[in-house]
Amino acid sequence: MLRLVSAASKPSSAGRLSRVVCSNCSATIGRRTLASTSARSADITLTVDGKEVTVPQGSALIQACEAAGATIPRFCYHDRLAIAGNCRMCLVEVERSPKPVASCAMPAMPGSKVFTNTPLVHEAREGVMEFLLANHPLDCPICDQGGECDLQDQSMRYGSDRSRFHEVYGKRAVENKDLGPLVKTSMNRCIQCTRCVRFANEVAGVEDLGTTGRGNDLQIGMYVEKMMDSELSGNVVDLCPVGALTSKPYAFHARPWELKNTESVDVLDALGSNIRIDSRGVQVMRIQPRTNDAVNEEWISDKARYAYDGLKFQRLTTPLVKDGDRFVPATWEAALQAVADGLKRSGATGDEIQAVAGQLADTEALVALKDLVNRLGSDNTALDGGRGAAPPVAGVDVRANFLLNATIPGVERADAILLVGTNPRHEAAVLNSRIRKSWLHTGLEVGLIGARADTAYGYEYLGDGARALADFVAGKGTFAKTFQAAKRPLIIIGSAVAEQEDGPAVYNALAKFVEKNKERMLTPEWNGFAVLQRAASHAAAYEIGFVPSKHAAATRPKFVYLLNADEVDPAAISPDAFVVYQGHHGDLGAQLADVCLPAAAYTEKGMTWVNTEGRVQLGRAAVPPPGAAREDWKIIRALSEVLGVTLPYDDVLAVRDRMWELSPTLVRYDVTEPTSVGVARAGLGVLAEATKSTKVSGAPLARPIANFYQTDPISRASVTMAQCTRAFVRGEDYDDAARATEAAFG
Amino acid sequence: MLKPSRVTRVARPLGRRTFATVQDPPVRRYGGLRDQDRIFTNAHSRHDFSIKGAMARGDWHRTKDIILKGDAWIIQTIKDSGLRGRGGAGFPSGLKWSFMNKPGWEKDPRPRYLVVNADEGEPGTCKDREILRGDPHKLVEGCLVAGRGMNATAAYIYIRGEFTQEARHLQQAIDEAYKAGFLGKDACGSGYAFDVYIHRGAGAYICGEETALIESIEGKQGKPRLKPPFPADVGLFGCPTTVANVETVAVAPTIARRGAVWFAGFGRERNQGTKLFCVSGHVNNPCVVEEEMSIPLKDLIEKHCGGVRGGWDNLLGIVPGGSSVPIIPKDTCAQVLMDYDSLKDAQTGLGTGAVIVMDKSTDLVRAIARFSHFYKHESCGQCTPCREGTTWMMNMMDRFVDGRGHSREIDMLLELSKQIEGRTICALGDAAAWPIQGLMRHFRPLVEQRIEQFRAHEGPVLFGGRLAREADPTLALPDNLGAHLGEVGAPPPRAL
Repeated sequence: MLRLVSAASKPSSAGRLSRVVCSNCSATIGRRTLASTSARSADITLTVDGKEVTVPQGSALIQACEAAGATIPRFCYHDRLAIAGNCRMCLVEVERSPKPVASCAMPAMPGSKVFTNTPLVHEAREGVMEFLLANHPLDCPICDQGGECDLQDQSMRYGSDRSRFHEVYGKRAVENKDLGPLVKTSMNRCIQCTRCVRFANEVAGVEDLGTTGRGNDLQIGMYVEKMMDSELSGNVVDLCPVGALTSKPYAFHARPWELKNTESVDVLDALGSNIRIDSRGVQVMRIQPRTNDAVNEEWISDKARYAYDGLKFQRLTTPLVKDGDRFVPATWEAALQAVADGLKRSGATGDEIQAVAGQLADTEALVALKDLVNRLGSDNTALDGGRGAAPPVAGVDVRANFLLNATIPGVERADAILLVGTNPRHEAAVLNSRIRKSWLHTGLEVGLIGARADTAYGYEYLGDGARALADFVAGKGTFAKTFQAAKRPLIIIGSAVAEQEDGPAVYNALAKFVEKNKERMLTPEWNGFAVLQRAASHAAAYEIGFVPSKHAAATRPKFVYLLNADEVDPAAISPDAFVVYQGHHGDLGAQLADVCLPAAAYTEKGMTWVNTEGRVQLGRAAVPPPGAAREDWKIIRALSEVLGVTLPYDDVLAVRDRMWELSPTLVRYDVTEPTSVGVARAGLGVLAEATKSTKVSGAPLARPIANFYQTDPISRASVTMAQCTRAFVRGEDYDDAARATEAAFG
Repeated sequence: MLKPSRVTRVARPLGRRTFATVQDPPVRRYGGLRDQDRIFTNAHSRHDFSIKGAMARGDWHRTKDIILKGDAWIIQTIKDSGLRGRGGAGFPSGLKWSFMNKPGWEKDPRPRYLVVNADEGEPGTCKDREILRGDPHKLVEGCLVAGRGMNATAAYIYIRGEFTQEARHLQQAIDEAYKAGFLGKDACGSGYAFDVYIHRGAGAYICGEETALIESIEGKQGKPRLKPPFPADVGLFGCPTTVANVETVAVAPTIARRGAVWFAGFGRERNQGTKLFCVSGHVNNPCVVEEEMSIPLKDLIEKHCGGVRGGWDNLLGIVPGGSSVPIIPKDTCAQVLMDYDSLKDAQTGLGTGAVIVMDKSTDLVRAIARFSHFYKHESCGQCTPCREGTTWMMNMMDRFVDGRGHSREIDMLLELSKQIEGRTICALGDAAAWPIQGLMRHFRPLVEQRIEQFRAHEGPVLFGGRLAREADPTLALPDNLGAHLGEVGAPPPRAL
């Protein structure tokens, strides 16, 4: 279905062209990775259950068995975590080995003969399963993991139907831990696989989740009474093979078999993490990560995972027209007519008609809105927040100037990273875990210019603003020398830099620096100039040129059309301007509006999103929009008819045709297209030229996100995110009510 | 005049039968180590343990020459001497040390470590502490010699936290050796740089496992690592490492000095050398004594310990190698030799050479249940079978002490022990399983008798130890509790 849509949306010649280009670029990527791996490891061949398999050298035996089609039960083993080898469930028999070996911990040896289906293996696994179940509460009927529990599934095969555990001493009882408002613990169910511990230590950087006690008293916990403060903590819920760690907001809400799974894309930051939206009826019940090695591996941030309950509150469900000091529900016809009347009444012409797009605007809506505004004779298409109303510092003519050119997986290949005015932990939590991974396992050196931040890895602090950058460029300091010596240096520039006073100066210095070091920073393999966007819509907005012209930026708008724009400065909108707000939440933008048009949230529409590396991904609608809410581009299309400037598309495919006209990359899904060295250099040259006359004020580069958990209308409406804010940001008791009830029972 | 050893005495009458065409192989009796053949001459701390006394006893004598002979010579000597690891597993030491000198090791820039395992925590074992207390210089010198053999840059001695006096003595010995120039940048003037450090443990038995010990020195929780990679490749701080027992290291200088042939002259083939035995329990004179390998167990007890309390016939059973090997009954005790192979044939093991003697006054079930408590307490909790299994076995053994069980549960217990054995990362799971298997192998009737006695008193017992009379008759009882199973269903004890 999807493929059909994207193929049909492109003109046929372009379709072929794009396919050719795509296959080329994916082949390039494929070749590169192959080359880098084949250089260091050869393949080995071994026999699993009489079947010969060939796996890369250094694979674990369990991977070889998987490759041979033999399913190996496991609890502690996880592809993306270090090997613990402690659950002993994956035991297999290897020829000439007296004891069964743990296949996850044993490297595959060439020529070895492995048996996964012998009586010894079954007996060993059944024994382990018996021990695991001995102290497991077997409370599956009231356990949230039921239906997606590894222990439950594997006990179907390896468990006995009768217990032999009848000890009068009973089972082990373990106190539950309070890990915060996101992760619910039920430690009696824990089988001590330590997946969560390894995740916290290796990926999330929470080094105080660990084990205490020995033997049967071994417990998982934070050592002291403390919450698990991490932007990635929700992933331990997915990792836990049993119901020891479950999702607190989702507790007792649904069973997995009742849920409809929709594969989609997260939009609460600019990474475009792949998610799976689990819905029941019209409600989103939970959001889980979807594996995509090129983007989010297997992790998503807590905001992506838990902000979904914000979709239920503060929603705009019907068009509203302001009548005096209050909103009055209206029909779509009346509301659109009110907009048309408002436009006429405001007397706005040309650039006085302003469209402002927010963080959650999808690409189709941006295209439609830009077309609409242009047709009304205006060039005043702005973004909300910061200096969105002014032409962007980096310009939009060359993609390389506003994208994370190194790509998200590419960040791991860098051997020195300079962070400028950004805290990736808050702006792109999953990307931050990649930097941490690289920092842990390679000799990666990180430097930071801007506000100090707890990044979950060590970094050298160079200073807080443009002065420090000037020192760095001049080669002063140890990090500058490290950076000079690095083979693949990377500069990650926060999206907030452009919004700051010294933004142009910083860009200017960096553009010149990259140009000076072009033999290392701008090669066909490596582009070390990377801008980290933090809003899901911005890469797309820049791509289609949703930015004001210089003239337009200087104009005082009389008619403002806010598309999901909630970060606008109310003072920037003149009181007599006519304001339309189109969006899904009654947040700040709606308060300013004269007419509110209810639109669909990201879980309710199948739209295109461009992430910070320029990867175009298609979200999918999991649930219908509430009430009279409609998809954004349809609202704009309908409005255009009322305004008498009918837009020439009637379905989403036609909108995508229009997107293809604007930029063919916008319909090439799931790939990143690198900018060629020449074009990237030209872009930096333009950038350096445009910013050459700026003065350095020395103002510190401020941090754009003070509260990771509440950055957009959805997360601001979310109860869970509010609890997280209280617990992790403000350090308050996050749930007095629950405490009080528990105390009453205690 | 030296007393002729027993070996020569036995050989002489055989020499007289010159006309026989077929000669009987000489019957060699082992044991009766002569004083001049003792390696640990101050094991009982009767003399000065400091460097003065140690040098008077021959330590540090021409150590420089040994070091200058080079790594290949030292390792070949150890190989020729037939020395096997004295920590319990009995792996040939020369072979183990040679793993450090793989072809091309010189190109490896990493430092290399010898780690000495002085975390002696096995119940019944007390040999290493005698060395540390009385002969610390033997160990320090051994570190240097063994370290030279494996081209180590430094030795870490991981000493059990409870050994305070021993740690002090050892530290003094190290300080003295540094002062005398035996250690340091130019150890013994040989030009070889070698350092020795002490790391004091915190009293966990599992830290005596070689990889857990490495983890512990690194400052982590003492939890065994997965092998491979073996410590000789990736060990302490990620560098090539060999972990060896105190006794193994401490005998190395003497072997190097007196020759491999001398050391190999003791004990049977593949079990050569002398060994410290620690005899405890129901003997008249519990002691730590250095003896020849392959000494008959009975000789060891009669000769050095003044015999079993109340005479040999009062003997019930002996645990010949520390708490982790199976017990053997009296008849077997009279036959076995104290070496790796003989005890292995008797379905037990030499372990650390800690002989625990139990006479007929012993409540054997309780004794083994105590072992189970120990292993439950010391399990690190990493692997499932050991974590869950040791507790389960301990609970069952506790019930069997009173006889509160079902005779069918004995087989279940054995089955559980088999489910643990060989399924874990380290050998603690095996060690927890073996004493119970030994008990059931040789003394099953004892346990069954307990159960019968308890039944006679308290009525039938359900699986898990619940009394049938305490079960609420108004509630449905699961049919898998053995309520209706007679004791007769249990298989008869196998003939030994």
